[in-house]
Amino acid sequence: MIPVSFYLTLAALMFTIGVCGVAIRRNVIVVFMCIELMLNAVNLSMVAFSRTVGNLDGQIGVFFVMVVAAAEAAIGLGIIIALFRSTRSLESSEASELRR
Amino acid sequence: MERTNAALALIPLFPLVGSVAAFLVGRVHKRAAGIIASLASILAFVWTAKLFAAMSAETVLEDVVFSWFGVASLQVDFTLRMDALGAVMCLVVTGIGSLIHIYSTAYMAEDDSVHRFFSYLNLFMFSMLLLVLGGNLLVLFVGWEGVGLCSYLLIGFWFRTIDYAAAGRKAFVVNRIGDAGFLLGIFLLWMNFGTVDFLELEAAIAGNMTLVGLCTVVALCLFIGATGKSAQIPLFVWLPDAMAGPTPVSALIHAATMVTAGIYMMARMDFVFALAPFTLAIVTIVALLTAFVAATTALLQNDIKKVLAYSTVSQLGFMFLAASAGAYWVAIFHVVTHAFFKACLFLGAGSVIHGCHHEQDMRHMGGLSRYMPITFATYLVATLAIAGIFPFAGYQSKHAILGALEHNVNPYIAPYNSWIVALVTFTAFLTAFYMTRSLAMTFFGKYRGHAHPHESPAAMSGVLVALAVLSLFGGWFLETRLPNFLEHVLAVAPGHASETIVESLLHSWVGIAGVVLGLLFYTSLAGVPGLVFSLFKPIGVLFQRKWFVDELYQAILVRPLEGVSRGLWKAVDQGFIDGAVNGSGAVIDTSGQVLRLTQSGQVRHYALWMFVATIAIVVFFLVRS
Repeated sequence: MIPVSFYLTLAALMFTIGVCGVAIRRNVIVVFMCIELMLNAVNLSMVAFSRTVGNLDGQIGVFFVMVVAAAEAAIGLGIIIALFRSTRSLESSEASELRR
Repeated sequence: MERTNAALALIPLFPLVGSVAAFLVGRVHKRAAGIIASLASILAFVWTAKLFAAMSAETVLEDVVFSWFGVASLQVDFTLRMDALGAVMCLVVTGIGSLIHIYSTAYMAEDDSVHRFFSYLNLFMFSMLLLVLGGNLLVLFVGWEGVGLCSYLLIGFWFRTIDYAAAGRKAFVVNRIGDAGFLLGIFLLWMNFGTVDFLELEAAIAGNMTLVGLCTVVALCLFIGATGKSAQIPLFVWLPDAMAGPTPVSALIHAATMVTAGIYMMARMDFVFALAPFTLAIVTIVALLTAFVAATTALLQNDIKKVLAYSTVSQLGFMFLAASAGAYWVAIFHVVTHAFFKACLFLGAGSVIHGCHHEQDMRHMGGLSRYMPITFATYLVATLAIAGIFPFAGYQSKHAILGALEHNVNPYIAPYNSWIVALVTFTAFLTAFYMTRSLAMTFFGKYRGHAHPHESPAAMSGVLVALAVLSLFGGWFLETRLPNFLEHVLAVAPGHASETIVESLLHSWVGIAGVVLGLLFYTSLAGVPGLVFSLFKPIGVLFQRKWFVDELYQAILVRPLEGVSRGLWKAVDQGFIDGAVNGSGAVIDTSGQVLRLTQSGQVRHYALWMFVATIAIVVFFLVRS
């Protein structure tokens, strides 16, 4: 059986990639994907814990995260479309109206 | 004393309504303002006269208009009360006031804001009537403040001239200083007796020798109030400047209203003053000094209104002298006769100024008796009256004042009675002299101006004639009637033996001497005044420059006050308060400038911040546990 540390290492790697992507990338769609990546890293770790501990609590948590992620995807894509309509680009650096 | 209810409120109500109506209607129709205001004033007079005719010397008419306010144990009603003293004052205020209103309709006809003028004039009468009719100290005080306000409004009536506006302010400020003293007096009385009603106070105080100490202080406070309103040393400086107002206003202030308020108040509070011989001694000295200083100042003034102004200050000194000797009825007698002849003099001066096209300097007048005979005749009568020559009105009252001073029983003053009488007699001589000087410079000799003098319209000369008649017969008429009428309200000494005409003429030697000398100096011996002036140059300059009182106040009060104000302005206001306000603004501004560096406007930066912060929080809790 694959030890839980493997899952957790993978989850940490995925989460870090996600954080870096959010922090570095300018394309909002990529940022959006990175957020999904972070959510799924958390999901992975929860499933892993669930199996190690031997009850279903972690898996129920994952369901909640997936539901929220679905809602977030709908709203997030809506925001991206609105952003594209107003700035004609997908660069997040273009959306700095409040700073000016 | 019988107290009867009567519609006293109507007396002040007429001028109050008139004031509003004159303003509103006068804005549309200029001529209507004067007519409305005069009508209101005359109605007030008629109503006063009607009540007066029905009352006896012992009647006290009372009218509780409404319950004013109650604080703790103090319950104050808006009470109006008219006894013999109030009736006399009311008749003077409304009677002389009405004449001045009628005169003003002609005098002010060409002014652009007559509606304002007549509105203020009526308001002035309203305030004065409240003052005179007030049944307690607080109603009196409302009137007291009211006349102060109206004097400010009317003295600064032509406020477009900076000096005139300043004169109005001066009157108001100086009056306020006196009012502060008066208020303290009221507080003291209320604190000790729990009431401000005149009758209740009199019942509590009159004749109670244990209250001498308290009464001395209270009387002193009240007298400070009186020095402000009635222009005594040290607060008389506003009255000469009050000449900035239109001439009828001067007449109203000097004759019928305002300045007599102090005398009236002293007579009304005689039961307090009776227990304060020390205060009365101070009053005597102040009044004596005022009478003398003002009379000497009047000697060398060239502005016809300034002469009259200082003569008013001087005559007010005479009234206070009488009051301080305990002869309150004599003071009131002089108030009344003074109202007659001073109104006549002021309105006469107004007529001269009107006729000479707003020339006030007597050096540019002269010979006017040819051009304006009615004004001349009335001015002559009033001059003889103020000079105190039998049978004119001033003789009887001045003679009574001298009589009262001779028999002054005040323990502090009595040893010096003969000196005081001598100085007062000399002041009376000066009065006759400077008034004759103004008469001669204005009406005798050759005309020295460049205008074309003309007699004033009938509304003005008619009023002058009426006042001249009063100045001629008023004293003789009131000499015995007034004390008989007032004896239930004020202490009246047993009447002096009646004199023959020859005796009376002999007694008016002071006035006659002053008039004769004045006539000689300013007609046939025209060089003498200049010679005398150069002989006594320092004294002359002292008189001419009004004893340097204004300069003195400027140096010891106004300048230091200005300096302190300037210091407070620069150091405290601009330095400290503005510094604190601007400083706190600057702190917020600077911290904002620093903090705004963290705001890039880039979403990913904010996300990074969030991440870093989350890590920090997690690390914090991990380390702590």
